This record gives sequence, structure tokens and C-alpha cells, in this order.
Amino acid sequence: MAPANTHQANTPQAKTQFGYRRHPDQDRPGQSPAEHPVVVVGAGPVGLSLAIDLAQRGQRVVLLDDADRIGEGSRAICFSKRSLEYWDRLGVADRMVNKGVVWSVGRIFHGESQLYQFNLLPEDGHKRPAFINLQQYYAEAYLVDRIQDLPAIDLRWRNKVTAVEQRNDSAVLTIETPDGAYRLHAQYVVACDGARSSLRQMVGAEFAGQVFEDQFLIADVKMAAEFPTERWFWFDPPFHAGRSALLHKQPDDVWRIDLQLNRYADPVLEKKPENVRPRIARMLGHDKFEFEWISLYKFQCRRMDRFIHGRVIFAGDSAHQVSPFGARGANSGLEDAENLSWKLDRVLRGTSPASLLETYHVERSLAADENIRESTRSTDFMAPNSHQEARLRQAVLSLAKETEFGKRMVNGGRLSVPCSYDSPLSSRDADAWRSGPSPGCSMLDAPIGQQAYLTDAFRKGGTGFTLLSFCNGAAIDAPDGVKDIRIGGEGGLADPQGLVAKRYDAEPGTAYLLRPDGYVAARFRHPTREAIAAALSRAAGLN
Amino acid sequence: MPLSTSSNFARPDDAFRAIVEAHRGLTEEQSADFDAALVLILANHIGDIDVLRDALALAKRRMVDSQQQQQQQQQ
Repeated sequence: MAPANTHQANTPQAKTQFGYRRHPDQDRPGQSPAEHPVVVVGAGPVGLSLAIDLAQRGQRVVLLDDADRIGEGSRAICFSKRSLEYWDRLGVADRMVNKGVVWSVGRIFHGESQLYQFNLLPEDGHKRPAFINLQQYYAEAYLVDRIQDLPAIDLRWRNKVTAVEQRNDSAVLTIETPDGAYRLHAQYVVACDGARSSLRQMVGAEFAGQVFEDQFLIADVKMAAEFPTERWFWFDPPFHAGRSALLHKQPDDVWRIDLQLNRYADPVLEKKPENVRPRIARMLGHDKFEFEWISLYKFQCRRMDRFIHGRVIFAGDSAHQVSPFGARGANSGLEDAENLSWKLDRVLRGTSPASLLETYHVERSLAADENIRESTRSTDFMAPNSHQEARLRQAVLSLAKETEFGKRMVNGGRLSVPCSYDSPLSSRDADAWRSGPSPGCSMLDAPIGQQAYLTDAFRKGGTGFTLLSFCNGAAIDAPDGVKDIRIGGEGGLADPQGLVAKRYDAEPGTAYLLRPDGYVAARFRHPTREAIAAALSRAAGLN
Repeated sequence: MPLSTSSNFARPDDAFRAIVEAHRGLTEEQSADFDAALVLILANHIGDIDVLRDALALAKRRMVDSQQQQQQQQQ
């Protein structure tokens, strides 16, 4: 999202600042640029996570950022269960969760009264909560800290890419620094440089989609308050008649407030603290708060047609942009990183053909379309485009007071869940299943002991291809290079509450082949070695 | 199940009349509000997105047809 206008009230200091350091790559004789397997551009949550993931898989990564510090301000705050599970694998989730505000309940109000409430994770037996709220600058700071443990990552601040030259089997970047320009030769470049991506402009790609005309005022305010840690959303509240409002807690007693304004509001006037203060005071019923940040936004939903341009691969906001209602921006970018990392690693090692990368585009395009569809629907519901749309919305809101179907139609944001991929990497079900994650769906968590979870077992196995099998006497042999997670039987993991079997619709002999990103590639009631090998080969893009 | 366009009411006149009477005494604006709610209630009762899409297409096609007729009459 692009701030139309930003006002920084009590300017929060940049949370972390980093020095520029000259690198030997800048002093190469004879103008021949240093060669690197992967250069990641942009040290935001997506670029940082991708770099860590690649490094953990054994790749050397150069990570470039044009700034010298972690950005402040009002950006992503809601991180999903799926993102936390990914960050678990990257060794940073505990810090995020410890600092973050854990939540799973949302309430929707219309006027003075509550229409309904929802719980995004109504069952126990998951390591991670439905969501945490955490300021993006904390998330980035923890990721940067983690990078200090990983010498394979070479993080270069104040390195701004100014040109990219595509070659047949590589790309050459021109990079501007305080000491002048230098060049780098990369087998692959991953552009994680945000919605206003300069790499996207350099490859000449379009970024087309829908602009929403309504303006939204976003304020982060600091105050002591006793509201519960829930997501509260209002349609037509008494304190902000005719429009929508959102209240959500962040760490450090900071509250995210989002007020819909009309499309004709004057951004220069509306961002002034003296004009914002009475609006917020009406909402809170007092004015004992300080501004940490005020911005005025217009939202856009758009994507690149192709996420791969030659040797430049786009991930996160550079590739697709959504409105914020649904927490689908940063979370989908992290899913991009998770999807891309293992594929890029295999291609660089030569264990999979380069065509495996095309499935990154295929799978994450499906996800981007889903995220755009969902966030467009939410934004249209909040800001109807015509008199008749407003009338239908009013009908839904009034029916929601007394009908369940009306409540379910009220759209105050549909929150991010992992997309299911209709993917060429999946092997279709050949057996009958009542439930459980089908091929193309993300693995489900479940307890395997006291404070131990299936996602832990997957992480400890090294997040490669993994065979999750449910004991049936003799264990199934996993193919070479495939990790084993065995539930039950001798030497197998416990299923103390029976939830692993339940969530995977497992019977003795059932096996799931998991991809390195934790997605299901195939599942079998009674697998044969041949069937597993065929599914593995397909999931690795080998046929 | 496809959209049913055969006559389903034993007494179709009663059904039409009930809808007409519900609009009696309403302003244009109130009638439109009423219709919006009614459409949503009935759509949910049908509960089948394919049938709903067929119904939307039929209603839309009728509008297109009547526009074409008007244009032909004008020509």
C-alpha cells in the first residue's frame, strides 16, 4: 500500500540502524564483477526470511538494502499462524510470539451493537496461535539479529540497485553505494523490494489492478487501555457515522486504529494531528493518548502478470499488492519466500531442473489471485461502489442481526489462511479420504507429546522432503534423502490425544509425503515404494 | 440440480400477489431496500452457487433482451 500522505507525530526513532561497510566485491580488478549464486534485493520481512531460509539450506546469499536502518511507521502488524510456523523453522518465532500480542478472536459491530464474533483457531493442539500482532520493525529487527548467526548471509546496507542486465544464465546488477557504483553477477536475483519495486520497473513489468477511491486514516496511538486483545471492527459506529473503523492492539501499549474516510477528504488537512485527535477521542471516549504514527492511504489490489522475468524473481509486495483487510500482505510475502526457497536451493544444487522455479510462479499466482479476490471483496463491502451495492450491504447488515447466514455474509476482512495449490507438483489422491490435508494443502499441526508438536518434528527433520507415516507393523522405507516422521509403533512418535491421526484422517499404513515447505505432495492409504518414488519425483519437478 | 424454470407453485398467482402486496405502500427507495433483503434471503435458502449463477444469468439475459427490443423499436 502506498501512503498518500504521512505524518509522523512523535517521531519514533528508527529501531535499529546499521552502518554501511565497503565490501571487497567493490574493489575487483579489471571490472569483472564478483559472482554469486543468489542476490536478494530488499531487507524487509520477505527478503530477510528468504535469505535465512536459503542460508539454512546451505546457500550463500547476498542481501542488499538501499537504506541503512529498519523502517519505522505503520506497516504490517498481523502475522499469521502459517507465518509463525515458517519463522519457527527460521529460528525466530519464539521471540516474535514472546513480544507479540497473541489473538484469535474478532468482533464485528454494527452501530452500537455487536453483530457477531469469530474465533480463528477454535481448537487446541497447535503450537502457534491464529495470529500475533507485532510491529513490522520488531519482526525485521529479530530477523536481522538472526542473520548475525548465519555467516552465509552477506547483508549490505546502503546498496541500491540501479540497473539490471539480463543474460542467458545470469543477471548483472549495478549497485550504487556511498563509495560509488559496483557490479555483481548473480545466477538468480530475488526482488523483495516492496510495492514500489525499482527492480520491477527495471525489467519493464506492468503492475496492473484496481485502485480503491476511498481513503483510510491509519493511526497508531499509544495509551493505557483495558480493551481485550481482539480485533474489533465497526460498520457505521456511533463515533464515526456511516463509515467503518478498526481497533487492534500491538505490543508496547500501541493500538492500531483504522478509520474509513470518504474519497473526497483532503489528505493534507486530514493527516494533521489536531484534526485526527478529535476523531480518535470520539472513538475512545477520552483523549489520553499519544500519536506514534498517522498516515492516509488509498488501497490498491494488483499483481504482476509473471513473477519471474528471466533471472529476476519477484516475491512479496513487489509481485502483488492487496488492501490490508485480511492480513494478506506480509503473510503472503512470507509464503512466497517459503515456496521459493527450497525450489531455488534445489535448482542451484542441480538436483531439480530450472523448470521447478516455474511452479513458484504457478502456485504463488494462485495465492495472489486468491488474496486479491478476498481483499477486494472486503474493501468493496466496506466502501460500496454504487447506491445499489450500499443497499445490498445494508440488507446484509440488517439481516445479520437475526440470521446466521447474514452474519456470515458480513465482510469486515477475511483473515489470511494458507492457499491450497492446484499444482503440477501434487500427485492426485488415488485412495478415499474423509478429511485431512489433500495434496496442495499446507500440513496441519498437532501435539506429539508434552509441549511437542508435529511442526517441531518437521523442523527438526531439516525441512526437506518428509514422509509422515502412521505405523502399521513394518515401517515403510522412505526413499533416499527423504526424512521420516513415524507416528506410533516402536520408536515412533506419540499421538497422545489422537489428534495427529484425526487431523490427517489416518489409518494404520497411511502416509503423507510433505514438501520442504510443509505442503502435502501426495498421500496414500497403503503406499508402495514405487508410488512414493513417483510422487517424490513429481514434487521435485523431475517429470 | 439446474435452475428450475418450470412452475413450482401450486397457485402461482398467490406467490406473485404476496410479493406485490409486500411492496404496497413503500416508496421506490423502500421497495429497493426490501428487494435487496428478499434476494439475499432467497439466495441463501437456495444455497447452491450454480443455481444462483443460473438465476442471475437468466435475470441479466432478460434485461439484455429487453434493451435490444427497445433499440430495435427505436430503429
